[in-house]
Amino acid sequence: MSNEKDYILEVNHLKKYFPIKGGFFGGVTGNVKAVDDVSFKIERGTTMGLVGESGCGKSTTGRTILRLLEKTDGEVIFNGEDVNKKSKKELRDLRTKMQIVFQDPYSSLSPRLPIGEIIGEAVREHGLVPAAEYDEYISKIMEECGLQEHHKDRYPHEFSGGQRQRVCIARALALNPDFIVCDEPVSALDVSIQAQVINLLRKLQKDRGLTYLFISHDLSVVEHISDTVGVMYLGGLVETGKTEDIFANPLHPYTKALFSAIPMPDPDLKKERVILEGDIPSPANPPKGCKFHTRCSECMGICKEVAPEPKDMGNGHVVRCHLYDDK
Amino acid sequence: MAKKNVNYISAKESRKISKENRKITKEFEAKRNRKHIPEEEYITKMKNPENCVEFDDVHTYFFTDIGTVKAVDGVSFNVPQGKTVGIVGESGCGKSVTSLSMLQLVQRPQGQTVSGEIRFNSGDECVNVVNAPASKMQELRGNKMAMIFQEPMTALNPVFRVGAQIDEVIKLHRPEMTDEEVKARTIEMLGMVGIANKEGVYSMYPHELSGGMRQRICIAMALACEPKLIVADEPTTALDVTIQAQILDLLRDLKDRINSSIMLITHDLGVVAEMADYVVVMYAGRVVEKGTAREIFKDPRHPYTIGLMKSKPVVGQKVDELYSIPGSVPNPVNMPDYCYFKDRCDMCMECCNGEFPEEYYISDTHMVRCYRCKEEGERHE
Repeated sequence: MSNEKDYILEVNHLKKYFPIKGGFFGGVTGNVKAVDDVSFKIERGTTMGLVGESGCGKSTTGRTILRLLEKTDGEVIFNGEDVNKKSKKELRDLRTKMQIVFQDPYSSLSPRLPIGEIIGEAVREHGLVPAAEYDEYISKIMEECGLQEHHKDRYPHEFSGGQRQRVCIARALALNPDFIVCDEPVSALDVSIQAQVINLLRKLQKDRGLTYLFISHDLSVVEHISDTVGVMYLGGLVETGKTEDIFANPLHPYTKALFSAIPMPDPDLKKERVILEGDIPSPANPPKGCKFHTRCSECMGICKEVAPEPKDMGNGHVVRCHLYDDK
Repeated sequence: MAKKNVNYISAKESRKISKENRKITKEFEAKRNRKHIPEEEYITKMKNPENCVEFDDVHTYFFTDIGTVKAVDGVSFNVPQGKTVGIVGESGCGKSVTSLSMLQLVQRPQGQTVSGEIRFNSGDECVNVVNAPASKMQELRGNKMAMIFQEPMTALNPVFRVGAQIDEVIKLHRPEMTDEEVKARTIEMLGMVGIANKEGVYSMYPHELSGGMRQRICIAMALACEPKLIVADEPTTALDVTIQAQILDLLRDLKDRINSSIMLITHDLGVVAEMADYVVVMYAGRVVEKGTAREIFKDPRHPYTIGLMKSKPVVGQKVDELYSIPGSVPNPVNMPDYCYFKDRCDMCMECCNGEFPEEYYISDTHMVRCYRCKEEGERHE
């Protein structure tokens, strides 16, 4: 194995705080720490899955990477360049290389534009293909995403959820990106349609060598599509590693609880279940020490005082938990 | 002439259809709104007194301006007392309408249960819900049968405190209780669904609570009068896996404590496998397969059920490519006259061009509507 791995994206100590305005003069009274010190790397041509409960900061991480939201602190290095140091003009060119597919295909497509225009608008804006080849190019992209050429003049309301999600994917692909953030792309779809969209994403990855950051709360989907997985809790990554390692041998108590909560389609399987008590704490006022200690079944004295440092358990499997301090 | 586009109708046709619809729905409404409906019309007998609910060939149609949508088209199944029945299917297959028909909550006048019987055993008497008058339904709903909705935020009234909303249910159905007793009962219910700060939550508004807490309030409200039947329409779809596990655990526990039956509607096969004793698989308004949970999950027979199971990735099982059922659900206004699944089925045979298959029982409990099980079904009989 070569030591020099080709990382397309490096996220170092990324932070994103949303200020809470309040008080008599409307001053800032606190911060919602949506993303708090997140670091990870994604190799070119692979998929990283990001899982966690709602409100844990998965989507904010995705958007901050693309600079759809301005970061508070930290750095995002894409293709060897810091995204946050780009000027507006440079960022415009960069946007063709990194794209996003949103969760809800019903609200992310303009109802007033025909499909062909939705997919092609950015291509023309950026002048990616000569005007003469434009039509042909759009048709080719649509075909690749399982849409037919005569759909070009139709409007989004004429399509079903699965087809709309294909349009969203085609729109992202039309710019020929290297990296796509998939923000819960299949959560709003039915099971059978979900399978179609997942298969499409995998096929495109194979054909074009794409890199995905796949954000989802559905663990079975993440296991299916990802090479590496990051588990988030309350704005921080608690565990990262190869998919096989994490699913076969989850280390962090939160990951264990999360996995044991997945319902299995097998009536004979009655497994031991770790049920988490209570709800996720407010990110405006996270608990001191380890953020998970309020719900953790193996909480120790130190957990309430000191936040755990990331610890490499071998093979790139990193966990943040005091249970593994002395190992 | 070019082939007629079935998805398009002219304004003239549409007007004609809506005129006819008005005639039909008026008739139904007139029948329902009579002043004194004699008891014989809706008090019946259960076929099997062990059952809590019996759906018997229920048809619920929606009369729309582009044609009649047969949302529920001849559905029959039983919910035994103290058991959980899971109803699975894709969106638009009629599973929610089935549950709404159960509580007579289908949007009227467009939506009408046109034929069939839904027999409900409330303990003292047996009511045919389809013909029951509004006064009778009011007595039953919230008292003997209760519903938990998918989206807890829209199911709760944002301008009332949650305590008052639960009080309302109890006050309506237990008029003999005093205000103090009602409040005590509400707080007891809040404790039962696992809310730690029950006195505090009693006087909170829904927006102050998280999604999981709101769903708990809805469950507390549904269970306040200890109903015989709980209809749960996707109770955990809007929630996270960890909260989902909490809620499912709670439902199971409470069901045993007050000995009621659950009708669980969901599209998540994992949830069904965990909760249900019996499973009903619906496709395009019809039941295509039903049986015990074991039969359905270990030995699925209908190609649709098999496809559904294969299309969901399972943790711990690695596959290269997920199976996906080709095509999509047929247009509900113009259903084909052969098996509705034929156009998407990869196990088609010649006889599939014929009528929609009959119900074939391959064991006493396992029913499949597919020609591939015809021989086995006949052998069983």
